[in-house]
Amino acid sequence: MGRFVARRLLQMIPVFLGTVTLIFLMVRALPGDAVSAMWGDKAPDPAQLAAFKHRLGLDKSLVEQYVDYMRKLFMGDFGETMAGRKVLDVITEAMPVTIRLALMAFAIEILLGVTIGLFSGLRRGKAFDKGTLVLTLLLISIPVPVLGFVFQTVFATNLGWVTPTVQDSMNLGQLLLPAFVLGSLSLAYVARLTRTSIVENVRSDYMRTAVAKGLPKRRVIGTHLLRNSLIPVVTFLGTDLGALMGGAIVTEGIFNVKGVGNALYHAINLKEGGTVSGFVVVLVLVYLAASLIVDLLYAVLDPRIRYA
Amino acid sequence: MPDLIQKKSADIPAQRAGGTAEPKPEKARSLGSDAWHDLRRRPIFVLSALLILLLIVIAIAPGLFTSVDPRAGDLRNHFLTKPNYSHLFQADWFGYDGQGRSIYARVIYGARASVVVGICVTAGVTVLGGITGMLAGYFGGWVDVIISRVTDIFFGIPLLLGALVILNAFTSRTIWSVVFALVALGWTQMTRVMRGSVITVKQADYVTAAKALGAGTSRILVKHILPNAIAPVIVVATIALGGYIATEATLSFLGIGLQDPTISWGIDINSAQKVIRTAPFALFFPAGMLSLTVLAFIMLGDAVRDALDPKLR
Repeated sequence: MGRFVARRLLQMIPVFLGTVTLIFLMVRALPGDAVSAMWGDKAPDPAQLAAFKHRLGLDKSLVEQYVDYMRKLFMGDFGETMAGRKVLDVITEAMPVTIRLALMAFAIEILLGVTIGLFSGLRRGKAFDKGTLVLTLLLISIPVPVLGFVFQTVFATNLGWVTPTVQDSMNLGQLLLPAFVLGSLSLAYVARLTRTSIVENVRSDYMRTAVAKGLPKRRVIGTHLLRNSLIPVVTFLGTDLGALMGGAIVTEGIFNVKGVGNALYHAINLKEGGTVSGFVVVLVLVYLAASLIVDLLYAVLDPRIRYA
Repeated sequence: MPDLIQKKSADIPAQRAGGTAEPKPEKARSLGSDAWHDLRRRPIFVLSALLILLLIVIAIAPGLFTSVDPRAGDLRNHFLTKPNYSHLFQADWFGYDGQGRSIYARVIYGARASVVVGICVTAGVTVLGGITGMLAGYFGGWVDVIISRVTDIFFGIPLLLGALVILNAFTSRTIWSVVFALVALGWTQMTRVMRGSVITVKQADYVTAAKALGAGTSRILVKHILPNAIAPVIVVATIALGGYIATEATLSFLGIGLQDPTISWGIDINSAQKVIRTAPFALFFPAGMLSLTVLAFIMLGDAVRDALDPKLR
């Protein structure tokens, strides 16, 4: 296990460096010009443009800019918002809310998704299974913004079960609806993956052996079937963190949850290009770290991964 | 895998010996024609294919469905003008939006952006990812090392977050800037699929046979490897298509994707969210069409996967 952890950590270093370099290239080396974009349709005033570029260090050569950028990243400097706050401060302040929301979404995905997938896999071809397939297909095809507004209208405006927007971003009850919206897409994927995996494994030799040995049904399904069937689901959950981060921008924007996604949503609306890139770098780093953790957990769950 | 498919396709004609329009029983079908045969009998495939065909017609010739200019705003028809459901295919069928523009016309004209983005991004990532994946899988060695490390790096950036950064750099964004951003971030997914598939295929006997007969590398790649390795890529690509359309709408909704004067469902959803309490229909119709479009493409992808992947049957 120790060797596996060490190897994964070492593998992370080039990916980490490459990813931040890639973001740098996307921001600086693309033909477009984020500074002139600040003027919108108007032609920028040359003197102001030059002053802005000088202030942001954009008048230096690309190599110098890159060295500057990497140095700042290692110092933990991700830039400032237009209002003069440090991007890192804004993020650390908003992070607890987003983590809470993401964990709730994750829990909903896993608990509901695996349960639904298990039952429909065991009842393959029955009404419940067909219903699951249709419902998950619908859930997958409704884009997050649409689902957010539909849920907001139905559960808050029409039924009045919750307030349309979140008043207290740390209140678990109020976060339930946004968490469900955030997790819904992945919930559908988890249910489908679990179902497929269960259907495949239910006919396997070890299942037949377990049944033949006379093990109780709970043990056959819980230990033998489920544990083996969950491997692809865990893989999916690892890559899903990225989608969750993207979804958080939309969900937190719609429900006014004061998290990282909301801060980013406002930065986009205020057209603060530099801030957006700073936020994205931090979020990508968080994503990489989180997927590393999922990867390590995965090795704990399945010994075969460790030695592969 | 290929002989498994041949065995299967040899079984099918025997089962329906009574069929009249079936091909000769002894003729083994290729993977493609076997899949096509299977697909035609699936109601889900037929339904989604018809829906997509309709969407493509709408995207090419929106003028066939409405004669109203989607950009012509008449403030006398402010968004509080409710839909008139009996006026089929007329300007006020779905009501008017905040600037007095016909929602029906906008829903019709909005199809083009979604369909073009979906199809172009999918074509782009398939070509780019297919070529890089084939090179990495076939040649191995340092080519594989370089390409695989590059895909690892791209995998570290979630699609939506990366698209935010790329699209930020554009002063004015058109359909093509969105296509560019999504292709630039999405191609590595196809590279991985293609690479894995090519590695399995290149060990097959017919590749060795072709080499022994003195076939050149390019001939082996195009004539032998490509047709046998492409199926998983097609499956992933068709399913991803719906996702790209949803991503475009999400980006446009966030205000960083398409911009006016381009007509996009995402933009209309964004402008309708401010009046969701007073004029929910302004949000409902573009959102409904968007979901229906994504649904059609995902259903198609599902059906294609079932047809091309015999293991799941």
